[in-house]
Amino acid sequence: MSVVAETPQEAKGKKSAGVLAPITSNLRQYGMVGALIVIVAVFEVLTGGVLLQPNSFVSLIQQNAYVIILAVGMVMVIIATHIDLSVGSLVGFIGGCAALLMQNANMNWFLAIIVALIIGLAVGVWQGFWVAVVGIPGFITTLAGMLIFRGLATTMINASIPINSVPFDAIAADYLPNILGFWGPFDGLSIVVGIAAIVFYAWSSMRKRAKIVRVGLVPEAISLTYIKIGIAAVVIAFITYLLASSGSSSEGGIPIILVIVAALVFIYNFILTRTVFGRHVYAAGGNRRAAILSGINTKRVDFSLFVHMGFLSAVAAIAMLSRLSSASASTGTSFEMDAIAACFVGGTAVTGGIGTIPGVVIGAVVMGVINQGLSIMGVDSAIVQTIKGLVLLLAVAVDIMSKRNRK
Amino acid sequence: MTKSDVILKMNHITKSFGPVKALREVNLEVARGEIHAICGENGAGKSTLMNVLSGVYPHGSYSGEIMFNGQECKFRKILDSEAQGIVVIQQELALSPFLSIAENIYVGNEQQHAGVIDWEETRSKASKILKLVGLDENPNTKVMDIGVGKQQLVEIAKALSKHVTLLVLDEPTAALNDEDSAHLLQLVRDLRDKQGVTSIIISHKLNEIAAIADDVTIIRDGSTVGWMAVSPETPLDQEELVRKMVGRELNNLYPEHEPHIGKDIFEVRDWTVHHPLDRERLVVNHANFHARSGEIVGFAGLMGAGRTEMAMSIFGHAYGSGISGEVYVEGKKVNTSSVSRAIHAGLAYATEDRKVFGLNLLQNIRENASLASLLKHSTFGVMDGSAERLAVEKYRKEFHIKTSTIEEKVSNLSGGNQQKVVLAKWVISDPDILILDEPTRGIDVGAKYEIYEIIDELANQGKAVIVISSELPELIGICDRIYTMSQGVITDDVDRKGFTQEYLMKRMTEDRKNMAKVVIK
Repeated sequence: MSVVAETPQEAKGKKSAGVLAPITSNLRQYGMVGALIVIVAVFEVLTGGVLLQPNSFVSLIQQNAYVIILAVGMVMVIIATHIDLSVGSLVGFIGGCAALLMQNANMNWFLAIIVALIIGLAVGVWQGFWVAVVGIPGFITTLAGMLIFRGLATTMINASIPINSVPFDAIAADYLPNILGFWGPFDGLSIVVGIAAIVFYAWSSMRKRAKIVRVGLVPEAISLTYIKIGIAAVVIAFITYLLASSGSSSEGGIPIILVIVAALVFIYNFILTRTVFGRHVYAAGGNRRAAILSGINTKRVDFSLFVHMGFLSAVAAIAMLSRLSSASASTGTSFEMDAIAACFVGGTAVTGGIGTIPGVVIGAVVMGVINQGLSIMGVDSAIVQTIKGLVLLLAVAVDIMSKRNRK
Repeated sequence: MTKSDVILKMNHITKSFGPVKALREVNLEVARGEIHAICGENGAGKSTLMNVLSGVYPHGSYSGEIMFNGQECKFRKILDSEAQGIVVIQQELALSPFLSIAENIYVGNEQQHAGVIDWEETRSKASKILKLVGLDENPNTKVMDIGVGKQQLVEIAKALSKHVTLLVLDEPTAALNDEDSAHLLQLVRDLRDKQGVTSIIISHKLNEIAAIADDVTIIRDGSTVGWMAVSPETPLDQEELVRKMVGRELNNLYPEHEPHIGKDIFEVRDWTVHHPLDRERLVVNHANFHARSGEIVGFAGLMGAGRTEMAMSIFGHAYGSGISGEVYVEGKKVNTSSVSRAIHAGLAYATEDRKVFGLNLLQNIRENASLASLLKHSTFGVMDGSAERLAVEKYRKEFHIKTSTIEEKVSNLSGGNQQKVVLAKWVISDPDILILDEPTRGIDVGAKYEIYEIIDELANQGKAVIVISSELPELIGICDRIYTMSQGVITDDVDRKGFTQEYLMKRMTEDRKNMAKVVIK
């Protein structure tokens, strides 16, 4: 419209950004961390201090590893305005394939893992084809996938298939070896890794800041950087303490599965925030038409996302198979819902375009802590499920209402 | 102007969108049983006025009064105005393609007994109304299976099913061919003569208005500027009408522009585009044009002229079907069949609708501005954050984007600043040819001036800048050369010497039949 303006000067200059600006703009993230701390504190009290005992902390990680692995992929899919309902069935199907390879074909466990990952990629290609090339919505493609792969899993696995490979079972249950021995009651390796993590975090924060200054941009206030480093140091130190004192007198420390999860979170966070592909994902999800008109091949983005999701489903399948030490046809049932719930609790927008990997990790941990805390308290699992549903509803409601208030 | 039997009187209607006044003090008076045309340029406020009338903008969101049949009306929703017999047929047809003709006619007004639909009655009543509008179709036919012309008739049938006394048609023939248009206009006449229905018709086709209207109200920049009566004795003076539509003074709203025109760098030959859904319909008809380095080339045309469609189809076939023609950049034929190929060939297209096609409102300035050149700011697919920041920061300063940081969400910016982000996005991609579609739409005078300065600067850097605009003064103020388009055809190639609003408007409203093929120099 050609319009007549009342005021000649538009944009009456936004208020200049102070120390608070980066905090308010990231309010959601800080709010979620705060909510997590409150939930942990509440359950710590309710469970009489059991929740944060070293061994229940480790089992919290082991039990929820699959949710984080799947949620890391799911959040990218949801950001791009799709959804993947098939991941639970894929966990069952790929786990079944790996079990058959190891038990019936006597395949080496390591080779079986490689083959399982390749199967995951292949399934991703299959689903990506239907979504990106044929143009079937992801919801329908993966609903079909959910039925197809659950059906295949059930056909393949008559009764459950037990896994006899010791090294394979160790993935989900064991710790990194105590190569540095025990330092008093603590695992030496955990302490070294913990200190290294704190140093790395501090170093990378300062480096990022220095780079911003070097290119002539205005960084956040230095006090804020110090506060962030301080908080991170305390949290990492506490987790280090928990891990170092976990396990038994002969083993303990960092669970292997934690290393896998941490690596995936780190890599996918890098992909989503630092690579061209990551930016394409946000662009396609935020405004697909604008992305296309900016020269982005959104079909290729869709295709890649489903391939990633297939790969991550395979990783989750391996973790689950190792944890249960046997494959059964129903493994992974409703895992997709856990992953989707973690995404939405973690601040991912239902309409796409918004979401972060740290956010969904927190979302998954929130759900995991509630689960763990309630089961320690001896609450019936059916009630636990109900409460988790209410938490999901509440989290999204708070999100929507806070957005509405801002307008 | 006083009329004997006034059915509708809209007095001093003022409607604002934020700081922007779309209508101010508009007056409209329609006599019972006449066909009243409303004329004006794109964005003059015609559709806004009709939305006020129909209750799309509820009472209280505008000022002024509406008198209908002698009573003051305070419509709060469309149903309120329909209850009074006012039916507006929107430019974009509001039919449900998967429902039958009969279902569409009675949607929201179902023929029912206690909530149960009486299909027999629906069909028989629909058949009668279809006969009335001269549509020979089975009422059970799905709307998607009939052409646009017939769909328009279904809309009118729908209006008639509601005991209409005042029918408002917004650009009813914009999408129709000549035969369907003639039929529709005859129908409007018949409704007037046989049913006593008063009609308000908004149209850009001046011949059509001359043929059908009894009265014409002209709106310009949100105000009523004139009123003309038409009768067999005093036919419509189209020249006068055009003068009133555009008649505004050109003052120095535009920066001084000293053109440095170089060699031909962009040429389009025989460009033909069909409608994406209706492959029979020509949207752009054998267009030929060129642009030189350092030149600002304007495209003038009214709604439906095919300018945006042409630009988007050239830019990566982002619009249309059955596209044919050739594009040359610096004398070499280039492939622009996908957006990334078009960008690679040196093209950029900044859209007319920045919120729908231009920006990701969820993200910040930096992420939006670098979107078309991510690869340039990355190594092996990993973003170089500082290179990106520096590039965007540079244009934040150069374009005076009013924000303290490039991390600001674009949704928090004003229209003018959002437009600058869109421009920055394309300038960062470093094109040779920039196509800017309505670059100053919906932004205020101060920001407009800054956009013009940016356009000049880009031309001075040796780029060819193509500006599509519905505001003639703007094109005249900034362009070195203007193409006029009408109904998918480029009707003229006008040099600076020939720039007058009257002449351009004449070429923009040229009827399809009178169009001679333009020979490009």
